[in-house]
Amino acid sequence: MKKISKIYLALIFLFLYAPIFVLIVFSFNTTKSKTVFSGFTLDWYVKLFNNDLILTSLRNTLFIATFASIISTVLGTTASIGFSRMKRFQRSIAMNVNNIPIINPEIVTGVSLMLLFVFFSVRMNFEFGFITLLLAHITFDVPYVVLNVMPKFRQMDPHLYEAAQDLGCSPVKAFFKVVMPEIMPGVLSGFFMSFAFSLDDFVISYFTSGSTSQTLPITIYSMTRRKVSPEINALSTIIFLVVVIVLVLKNIIEKNNQKKLQNTALIDIETEL
Amino acid sequence: MNQNKKGNGMLSYLTASPYILWMIIFIIVPLAMVAYFAFTDSNGQFTFEYIKSVGQYTNIFIRSIWLAAIATIICFLLAYPVAYILTRLDKNIHSTMIMLVTLPIWMNFLLRTYAWMTLLGNNGIINSILGFIGLGPYKLLNTQGAVVLGMVYNYLPYMILPLYTVMIKIDKSILEAAQDLGCNGAQVIFRVVLPLSVPGITSGITMVFVPAISTFIISRMLGGGSNLLIGDLIEMQFLGNSYNPNLGAAISLILMVIVLIIMTVMNQFDGDDDKVLI
Repeated sequence: MKKISKIYLALIFLFLYAPIFVLIVFSFNTTKSKTVFSGFTLDWYVKLFNNDLILTSLRNTLFIATFASIISTVLGTTASIGFSRMKRFQRSIAMNVNNIPIINPEIVTGVSLMLLFVFFSVRMNFEFGFITLLLAHITFDVPYVVLNVMPKFRQMDPHLYEAAQDLGCSPVKAFFKVVMPEIMPGVLSGFFMSFAFSLDDFVISYFTSGSTSQTLPITIYSMTRRKVSPEINALSTIIFLVVVIVLVLKNIIEKNNQKKLQNTALIDIETEL
Repeated sequence: MNQNKKGNGMLSYLTASPYILWMIIFIIVPLAMVAYFAFTDSNGQFTFEYIKSVGQYTNIFIRSIWLAAIATIICFLLAYPVAYILTRLDKNIHSTMIMLVTLPIWMNFLLRTYAWMTLLGNNGIINSILGFIGLGPYKLLNTQGAVVLGMVYNYLPYMILPLYTVMIKIDKSILEAAQDLGCNGAQVIFRVVLPLSVPGITSGITMVFVPAISTFIISRMLGGGSNLLIGDLIEMQFLGNSYNPNLGAAISLILMVIVLIIMTVMNQFDGDDDKVLI
């Protein structure tokens, strides 16, 4: 039984990773063949780094993901403060609307935003591009920030905030001294989640980008449609490596943070005393 | 103190208002526009014409629902044992295993789907291996099977994760109790673990079915031109050759209704089972 389950797990991981590894292997292939490995080369990587279209769209993607995730984090966190203090009925309405972009098929969100932007672009005379992309990305990012921050408010002892004020903190100071440290893990994971979703988003960007500012996923899409060049394999390899590094770092940091949090909590109590 | 509290209440509403305004402009108004476009013609006149004309695409709707359903079932059958095995592994490697399951999600799905394009092609690796044994070549790419495979490959982690999250919370002593009371391994799984993991099953089904039924890239990359899905149909009305936002909005609206029905049914299952358990 144990052996069978191990073999089964290995097969599933093989299924999940084999296609990715085939992509990676053929990024080093000297010819364009997708089946015969004829020799090792780094040519496709050199070509990739000289490909202006890819570099520009990478820059666009990073730009939009950074702006969208920062704005979303601020917007989502402040919204969560308000939501958490609303009456149950109002809060459930707010949360239901917040969850619409998560539940709705991506293509419907993309299409609905496209209709909105078309409507305004005709009347207010602006073009699809950076602004529409940014607005769309914020719209699908904030819900994840709210979903990450809200539970932290629920876990928090509400009396802490009141106690801080009783001890002489202004509401704003009490917020930054007491509430902020408590919700910080949720804020951070909301930030990283929205950054990652923005980097990766294709469907919604596809409908809201117009022709001027392409993001990396949109460029990847046009690459898969037009020419078959191992550059795309090289790009996959780099993206895969980045993902592995980020996830491993995230795991390590999370483990360290848990230890640190316990330590700082102790220190805080000591200094307070 | 009392005054202070009142002030905070106001402050809290003030902090929520920017996002409430945002939600109205960028979530509610766009959806209202989808509904408006679906029920009006290009002159803004009220009409059922576009909703009705969706009827001529019934075969595409049925194909989408069918393929998404098959993909969801396969995902469930593959993922359930995975989740169960993961919960039984040594605690120290849990986070690593979960990382391994989530890692492919973060690789852009276009690249993952492209990988299968190269694997399944007539000159692809799978056909060359088959050819080596003296079989084929088979037409693997541009088939419905390839579309289902693409869906399963892309969304399998979304089935494994919720199942794992629910199963890891099941108290081990319940399983032991079942064994003490005479259940064998299979009975423990089917009579104890399965009913207790229903919330994970329903959220896994939603997380696979909703993106699968609305995809337009996987079908285009792996299914060729002949296996259009709802997503392709919508995309064609907005960005394709047959620009027709009214029809596109009507199709989107119906897709939303289908998704809503599925989710309501899933929630129903959740609720019912809780009651049965109590």
